[in-house]
Amino acid sequence: MNKTSSVDWAAIEAQPAFRALLARKSRFIISATIFFVAYYFALPVLVGWFPTLMKQVVFGVINLAYLFALSQFFMAWTLAFIYTRTAAQWDIAAAQVIKNH
Amino acid sequence: MFLAFVVATLGITVWAAKKNTGASAYFAAGRSITGWQNGLAVAGDYMSAASFLGISGMIALYGYDGFMYSVGWLVAYLTVLLVIAEPLRNVGKYTMADLLAFRLTPRPVRAMASLSTITVSTLYMVAQMIGAGALVKLLLQDLPWLTTEWAITGVGVLMVVYVVFGGMLATTWVQIIKAILLMTGTIFLSILVMEHFDFSFTKFFEAIAHLTYTDKSGVEVTKNFLEPGMKFGADVTHGWGPLDLLSLGLALVFGTAGLPHILVRFYTVPDAKTARVSVVWAMVIIGIFYILTTFLGFGAATILKPDHIVTDNMAAPQLAEFLGGSIFFAFISAVAFATILAVVAGLTISASASFAHDFYSNVLHHGRENCPSMEVRVARITAFVVGAISIFLAIKLQNVNVAFLVGLAFAVAASANLPVIVLSIYWKKFSTTGAVLGLAVGLLSSIVLIILSPSLMGIDGPEILAAKRHLIQANAIFPLTNPGIVSIPLGFFAAIIGSLMKREPQAEAKFAELKVRAHTGLGAEQTTAP
Repeated sequence: MNKTSSVDWAAIEAQPAFRALLARKSRFIISATIFFVAYYFALPVLVGWFPTLMKQVVFGVINLAYLFALSQFFMAWTLAFIYTRTAAQWDIAAAQVIKNH
Repeated sequence: MFLAFVVATLGITVWAAKKNTGASAYFAAGRSITGWQNGLAVAGDYMSAASFLGISGMIALYGYDGFMYSVGWLVAYLTVLLVIAEPLRNVGKYTMADLLAFRLTPRPVRAMASLSTITVSTLYMVAQMIGAGALVKLLLQDLPWLTTEWAITGVGVLMVVYVVFGGMLATTWVQIIKAILLMTGTIFLSILVMEHFDFSFTKFFEAIAHLTYTDKSGVEVTKNFLEPGMKFGADVTHGWGPLDLLSLGLALVFGTAGLPHILVRFYTVPDAKTARVSVVWAMVIIGIFYILTTFLGFGAATILKPDHIVTDNMAAPQLAEFLGGSIFFAFISAVAFATILAVVAGLTISASASFAHDFYSNVLHHGRENCPSMEVRVARITAFVVGAISIFLAIKLQNVNVAFLVGLAFAVAASANLPVIVLSIYWKKFSTTGAVLGLAVGLLSSIVLIILSPSLMGIDGPEILAAKRHLIQANAIFPLTNPGIVSIPLGFFAAIIGSLMKREPQAEAKFAELKVRAHTGLGAEQTTAP
């Protein structure tokens, strides 16, 4: 811990490499968050206010409401997977920022 | 079976007690937990009585609408993964307040954060203890001397022992064992359900879609349990259902990221990368578990029929008894009990860490952190006190619905904790006044709205049993059972307005350092050698 007390944080923050990393991260996180929040809240909105639509049977007795709910699980897993892949690149960029400093 | 679990976990506690060598070991397991271990532990911390007993019961009685809880509780982890986990690990030390205190004035912020942490933990814990008490009572119904009061007290004492002697390391291992047990039990029970339908999904779903049973008024009805609307439909809730469902969704998705016992788990791993890996592990396990709740819940609905389910919290154990006999029933009950015990232990440690680290050391002693061993001692005493308060409240509230209390905890966490955490990481102008105001308004508004909601207020007819009557006999002032849709925005507004009202130049100046730490991990707390 003590060795970091002498770190010039403002200098690192001003590094173009750090600024670029932060911009990339923010862009990804903001768009991913908007996507999953919209995808998730579509479910209660559709189920709550458009029940007739959601009760439509797709195949057998399986209806749209159940399929959409199930799809949320796969959406969450896929997004988590994409995030992990993307974040691995950020780790490399972050290590570079520390090294530059 | 049940005794074996208790003995095994006590063994771990003894082993962990020997390895505890300081505050970092006690509160954060020496930051030595690996990614998949922490993933299992997060899952173990999260899949509580509300998930296992509550959701399966909810699906068994309300069909599709119960499944909505499962969906929300998994998607919630995206908030944790994308927004919270890594910056939190990089900046903090033991508690949520570390992050807030980083660039704000520590004393008021820590005092408020500690208050909200303890409130959320206690609400959550009381719910778990009520569930455990009811379960143990059902399991050991041959013992007439074992009253619900004694069952609740027993659970409480056991869990305090784990936390007081074992600290975070023992708690982590209890979570891991419990997660494995719970998954095994759930998978096995799901297989038994499918066996009942000759392993034919067509037959299973046909049965769910045409379910004939006797409803509360004694009339035989046939319903499609795959269709939404049995709990939150506009026609069964005076039109408020859809809004209530949306409000519930908000609390579920944003509440998880404010739950203190989940947040502290990210301090037990070596770095932010491991924190990320552990969230992904947790998402895989929790996701599979929640998909399986379909089999448990719909299985109980189709095989047992809703009119034969004693109480909604007992659907899963009853199904186990029907399909697998008394031995499997004992196993499932032991799993449910282990579930509760593990969650309670996790809650106690986060509450006691918060009190010892935030309130005792940093508020009462002005942040002179020169005596970590004293901090550990205070945490142990707090564990005793929090345990005693929860036992007392659980005995008093033993007839209150468990899912309601857990929902309250999520709503409070989403309204009080989440706004200040997010703003602290991502907003430069966030100030001490904003943090204190945000925490206070979020905490107060969510609790007040719940008191004014139909959960606590309502006029019962004379035929309703005394134990099931509403606590306040008057028409509800607030129409929704879930306060999130109002209280979460209020929490955010209060935090933003507070920050704009009183700017804090030194907090803004420190934002550069916070950004660098949060996004590069430079200067983060390191693993301590065991």
